[in-house]
Amino acid sequence: MHIKVYVLLAAALLLPPGSIAHAGPIIQQWQSPSGAQVYFVENHDLPMLDVSVNFYAGNGFDTTDKPGLASMTYAMLTHGSEGMSEDDIARRLADVGAQLGGSFDADRSSIAIRTLSSNAERNEALVVMSRLLQRPLFPEAILAREKTRLIAGLKEAETKPESIASKAFNKAVFGAHPYGLPATGEIIHVEKLQGSDLYAFYSAHYSAKSAVVALMGDITRAEAEDIAQNLTAQLPPGGAGTEIAQVVKQSSFSTLRIPHPATQSHILMGAPGVARGDADYIPLYVGNYILGGGGFVSRLMQEVREKRGMAYSVYSYFIPMQQPGAFQIGLQTKKEQADEALQIVQATLNDFIEKGVTEKELLAAKQNIINGFPLRIDNNKKILDYLGAIGFYHLPLTYLDDFPDKVDKVTVAEIRAAFKRKVDPALLATVMVGAPEEKKPEEKNKAEKTEGAAK
Amino acid sequence: MQKVLFRQMFVLVLLLPCLAQASVFEKTLSNGLKVIVKEDHRAPVLVQQIWYRAGSMDENTGTTGVAHVLEHMMFKGTKSVPRGEFSKRIAAAGGRENAFTSYDYTAYFQQLHKDKLEMAMKLESDRMHNLVLSDAEFGKEIQVVMEERRLRTDDQPHALLFEKLMAMAFQEHPYQHPIIGWMNDLKALSAADARTWYQRWYTPNNAVLVVAGDVKASEVFAMAQRYYGGIAARALPLRKKFSESPQLGAKRFIVKAPAELPLLVMAYHAPTLRDPEKDNLPYALEVLAGVLDGNQSARLNKNLVREQQLASRTGAGYDSTARGPGLFILEGTPSEGVSVAELEAALREQIAMIARDGISAQELTRVKAQVTANEVYKLDSVFYQAMQIGQMESIGLSHMDIPRMLLKIRAVTAQQVQDAARDVLRDDHLIVGVLDPQPLDGKAKRSSEGDRHAH
Repeated sequence: MHIKVYVLLAAALLLPPGSIAHAGPIIQQWQSPSGAQVYFVENHDLPMLDVSVNFYAGNGFDTTDKPGLASMTYAMLTHGSEGMSEDDIARRLADVGAQLGGSFDADRSSIAIRTLSSNAERNEALVVMSRLLQRPLFPEAILAREKTRLIAGLKEAETKPESIASKAFNKAVFGAHPYGLPATGEIIHVEKLQGSDLYAFYSAHYSAKSAVVALMGDITRAEAEDIAQNLTAQLPPGGAGTEIAQVVKQSSFSTLRIPHPATQSHILMGAPGVARGDADYIPLYVGNYILGGGGFVSRLMQEVREKRGMAYSVYSYFIPMQQPGAFQIGLQTKKEQADEALQIVQATLNDFIEKGVTEKELLAAKQNIINGFPLRIDNNKKILDYLGAIGFYHLPLTYLDDFPDKVDKVTVAEIRAAFKRKVDPALLATVMVGAPEEKKPEEKNKAEKTEGAAK
Repeated sequence: MQKVLFRQMFVLVLLLPCLAQASVFEKTLSNGLKVIVKEDHRAPVLVQQIWYRAGSMDENTGTTGVAHVLEHMMFKGTKSVPRGEFSKRIAAAGGRENAFTSYDYTAYFQQLHKDKLEMAMKLESDRMHNLVLSDAEFGKEIQVVMEERRLRTDDQPHALLFEKLMAMAFQEHPYQHPIIGWMNDLKALSAADARTWYQRWYTPNNAVLVVAGDVKASEVFAMAQRYYGGIAARALPLRKKFSESPQLGAKRFIVKAPAELPLLVMAYHAPTLRDPEKDNLPYALEVLAGVLDGNQSARLNKNLVREQQLASRTGAGYDSTARGPGLFILEGTPSEGVSVAELEAALREQIAMIARDGISAQELTRVKAQVTANEVYKLDSVFYQAMQIGQMESIGLSHMDIPRMLLKIRAVTAQQVQDAARDVLRDDHLIVGVLDPQPLDGKAKRSSEGDRHAH
């Protein structure tokens, strides 16, 4: 579960929140004179402030001739600005105890900072953040060094079964669409990137009018207005669109078996799933809790781990993106039983799609999602993340408040219909890294199934 | 669930103690169970954690891994709560649950809405003394644990290197054995071993209950008395005093595994905190780790990655809090064209520089600024605050030492850091481990690629 927890955390922003009995935080929203959209929750419980600035500058905006450009542009923002070397940036933030963070995915790049809210610390942290957002230099010497480091990392990833599987899966599911490419590009793409490319991408995509500023914490509305304006007023004019190219659903079943010396096979299966704002999303989310999202109580966990002891981690999830992101099922199991485990997963999924869920399962799912709502917004960091997602995906300010009601209204029939529409088991891509030699089912050696069992 | 194998030895962060323990209350029940409550009313949520003072270091040769296997088995049902029901009830309440095992302790937790504590206490107290450990469930779960070992250690070259590092560093102390256990031991473990473990260590006088969040201490104490108070204490076995004799000269080892990049690990034997008031060295070592790797402008990253470009990544870590002895660890991946030996020399030079010239006042201030800021940031996580309390109590210190440790770390001088580098990071106390990357196809290494063309 541990592994799965990490998977869920990674996708936390993408998951909807929910609750009936509990309202979300009070969100203030306005447009800064710079053009940026601002989302703010004022809270003085702790003497700290979290800020993020979000752009339509994820790797989904890479062009086919320069994959990896979006990612490298994002990474280089902290490596030198006008009047501020990369070491100045690191040192000045460290001196006031500020933490620079952020996230990068196919849709979005986000730069975030956490600082004490006391004036001296906060002002210094925001001055640095403002400069690195609005006056980046992309120095060639540092770019060369970072390219070298990235290439070393990409070579290393080529040897890891989980990385190989993830990369092959995305390619099988999304083909040539940017969602299907490694976020960082391939080594040959990275080698070609130049400072001028980065600057051009930055100028086109990091504009105030498409920026979303989220603020959470110990400041007043007036201070929030000043901060949002100062962080965005000097951004470049921009001009690039905010729409990701359309994802075309694949029309065939595929299986890819890749050899690897690891003791386990890493299995991923899936297809393009659902986009943000799709009416099917809520039924899919609730249904997926039952299939493979609900930890120990999910069907996949029961069938693969609890009943058969065949895997430590097995899960399924949807990643709602601007375009339909992946629906993915994943597990790892010892090589000798990988084909058997895959069959169990396929049978579980087929049964789920065919027959849908029971009323009892639906009730349990709703109880968890709705009763667990307060845990989704129980600290500043989580609320900041929701503010960013709400702004970036143009979700209503009542998104958090509405979600529990929407979950509560989901029916068994809606879940079945939504899955029928969005997940066709006959059209899934399957990737198996560390695959066993293929053999006919009747040749399976029964001894393998019990090997290592406790005596 | 079940697993986080919290490898605390390698957490590369400073331990940052808390500002004020003002809202912390404690009471010990007549059966010896210590109950600690941390009130935090920011959000209507809480966490219950139960910590058992039994970790992998309490295991015996031949049954390594049993602490962690038992942790898994704790989810398999009791006399009155059938298998799977624990997780179902927590899920229906909207809760999140898991557990983790370390060298020093085993802990279980649930995060819930504030109204759900009673339900969680009922379940947690029940499995403290009514666990059913059937041969059939054990037979399945041990397979899951072996899959976990394959996933997290056997197929992970870096994890393998660290497993061997512990085995090399500790020849007498039980830290030589991995938390998850050796695979051969897992294959031979039986339900009877798990029963013995459970009966030996799972008793209220060997546990600490921590509840943090939107609760009233008096109500939690009353509830704890109601649910845990009736569980009879049992005599605990005499705990052996383990130690590690001084190392009589540097040790070196190599791990060959499928990978692309080498990894160098240098570990020095180091003391851990025994008397939080009188000890000084562990605090100086914490600051030393901060100076080397505590922030983006810290020495290793600045000097070796960014400026000299000898490494694509580096790290330094030390944890002053443990039941057993400690290690001060340096690690790094050499840049392409740089040998492991050159990186080792460079890391040694970084240490020698501090031993010879000391650290600057600015560096010291910067590390302390992180400490101060992190004290505030940690208040954003009720879960982390509870973790810190439980961990301290489980290793033989007190949660009341947390503010004391903060004062001590703030009092560390530059001279103490210099002395610590000189006295602790000595060659005779050093273990050097190298991951020697092997090609995935198991054939000859690249250096002898010519041989392959012969075929």
